[in-house]
Amino acid sequence: MSVVELRGVVAVLGRFPALAGLDLTVAAGETVLVQGPNGGGKSTLLRLCAGLVVPTRGEARVLGFDLVVERHAVRRRVGLLGHATGLYDDLTVAENVIFWARAAGLGRAAEARANWALGRLGLDGPLADQAVRTVSAGQRRRTSLAALAVRRPDLWLLDEPHAGLDQEGRDVVDDLIGEAVAAGATVIVSSHELDRVRRLSPRVVTLAGGTLVGDRLGVVRDA
Amino acid sequence: MREVLADLSLVAAKDLRIEFRSRVLANQVAPFALLVLVLFGVALDADQRTLRSFAPGLFWVAVLLCALLAVQRSVAVERADDAVVGLRLSGMSPSALFLGKATAVLVQLLVLEVLLTGGIIVLYRSSVEDVALLVLTGLTAGVAVAAAGTLYGAMAAGLGVRETLLPILLLPVLAPVLIGATRAFDDALGAAAVDGWAWLVLLAGLAVVLTLVGALAYRVLVED
Amino acid sequence: MDILATESRITTGSRGTRLLGLAALAGVLALLVFAFVLTDPDVRTHPTSGEEFGQFDAVRLLYLHVPMAILTYAAYALCAAASAGYLLRRTPWWDVTAHAAAEVGTLVCALVLVTGSIWGRPVWNTWWEWGDVRLMTTLLLFLLFLGYLALRRAAVDPESAARPAAVVALVAVLDIPLVNRSVEWWENRTLHQKSTLAELKIEDLTLFTLVLGIVVFGLVVTWLLLHRFRVGWLERAEVTHGIDRAIAERRGVASTTGVDSTVGQTREES
Repeated sequence: MSVVELRGVVAVLGRFPALAGLDLTVAAGETVLVQGPNGGGKSTLLRLCAGLVVPTRGEARVLGFDLVVERHAVRRRVGLLGHATGLYDDLTVAENVIFWARAAGLGRAAEARANWALGRLGLDGPLADQAVRTVSAGQRRRTSLAALAVRRPDLWLLDEPHAGLDQEGRDVVDDLIGEAVAAGATVIVSSHELDRVRRLSPRVVTLAGGTLVGDRLGVVRDA
Repeated sequence: MREVLADLSLVAAKDLRIEFRSRVLANQVAPFALLVLVLFGVALDADQRTLRSFAPGLFWVAVLLCALLAVQRSVAVERADDAVVGLRLSGMSPSALFLGKATAVLVQLLVLEVLLTGGIIVLYRSSVEDVALLVLTGLTAGVAVAAAGTLYGAMAAGLGVRETLLPILLLPVLAPVLIGATRAFDDALGAAAVDGWAWLVLLAGLAVVLTLVGALAYRVLVED
Repeated sequence: MDILATESRITTGSRGTRLLGLAALAGVLALLVFAFVLTDPDVRTHPTSGEEFGQFDAVRLLYLHVPMAILTYAAYALCAAASAGYLLRRTPWWDVTAHAAAEVGTLVCALVLVTGSIWGRPVWNTWWEWGDVRLMTTLLLFLLFLGYLALRRAAVDPESAARPAAVVALVAVLDIPLVNRSVEWWENRTLHQKSTLAELKIEDLTLFTLVLGIVVFGLVVTWLLLHRFRVGWLERAEVTHGIDRAIAERRGVASTTGVDSTVGQTREES
């Protein structure tokens, strides 16, 4: 079954066709790297797959749901790491992650799951009780990833997940993606750091001008 | 229904915790409320009798001005780091989200109302003659203001337009609330001989209508 | 949506609206003659003292004021109905209709307030009467729709304003009975005649002029609505047209950058 199925998708933001007729299919359990020049439509593709941008034309299905009529069903099953981290400055790292776990409807399991995610991203200890306002940009990004991981989404949409992270942080992100895939999730990553993401996935998709200009299996290093 | 209540309290508790930490209400809105009372006093030439008879109206105008600030803050909390995207992906029902945000605004308005009541007693020499009517009016009108404010705040923010749109959208809708609450306070503070309890009924109707409309319309606004 | 591509000269007029426009123009002239020349001023004589009273020449303004007030409420009702239609159907037709009705309604509403105020000066001896139910209701309605139009203008593209605008219009119209009721209770008095038609000496000519006024302003408002709707429709067509062109342009960009990315690939693989 394919998790993402786009045929001739046009997505207009205001008056600008960020996606100008895009075809893309991603199978379940696949990890896909999206690359391309700035303004090529990478971020819009990820937001579209999250059900946040409505396709103006074309056919779009994500996780089996139609993106025009059933995008609400899509939303709660995906995790999106965008350019903003989506956190509350005045709450602590732990409070943020617990809030998003509860918001995802985890109920009683929320706290345990949040603690797991905090530990997984190296955010436990005194750091967890610091206000997000006071932590570094890299720690902030990790907190955002923890808030995403607690949801255990079926489809991970990561926009530049390595940006602003140190070496250790990048390794943690890669491990997290690896674990998600092992657990059966599908991952779409946009990144400029080809070498790093290549280790995760052999499939590289190139977007430019809002369309697909390249889709190939690259050389896998360290395989 | 249980789910809605759980999400409602989750969102309201989150907003209030943020408020408690950042103290925007205590440090900025509350002093502003008192400032408004003082400015009215100066503008009306501090004639005690005039101030006393105008106190109910001035009180509610001050509440509306503060409500604008509280609503803008409530919107800014979600917009600052795009947490609003997370809320849309969370699967929480828009109605629960609306009720949660509105509840947090209501709690802040009630705190301000208590403060302002103290203000008019001290500054304008108002005297409370009907406590029950005063409290119920404060609560019902607060619900109406918080509901309409939360709805229109989301609307102005959703368009990505400046906060300047909020007052022109919100204040005319709240005109009946202003009239009703002022009249009820006229009775409760003994400023004019009117039947405040009849006005309370009108306010209750307004609170119910605005809350229902808000909970339904929020769904329409945030659906994409 | 190919209007822009096919038609070289774009106009919002058509044979129908030109005729309608002429009819409206002739109607306005006729109405002015009836209201300001042919009808009598409102002069009544007190049965016992024999004193003259009434609205005198000021009554002539009512032949404009009353029909415009009726048309204002009709336009806002149309706006609310179209807004509800939009929320149910989600097609641009409803949205453009609602926007047109709101804009025309607000224009007429402003005229209602102005003529009412001018009329009130000699008759009520005041430009503005606080606590008059219809006055306050109309003014608040006017302010509510100023907010509506501000929201429309603030939006980057017409699509994104459609849903919030529909909600604002519906809330505004729902708010009207509440405003009305609260103002009525507020001062518990009103200067407005229960019905302007009932209190005046209704002669055949008076009644005829009032009905003529309603018909004439009906024509004027319809004419304005049609044109405003067509402008809105063309704006939408222009957006769609622009998007088609933008897509083509962007796809053009795509074919050239495709080469660049191949270059990028060879570099990476080396």
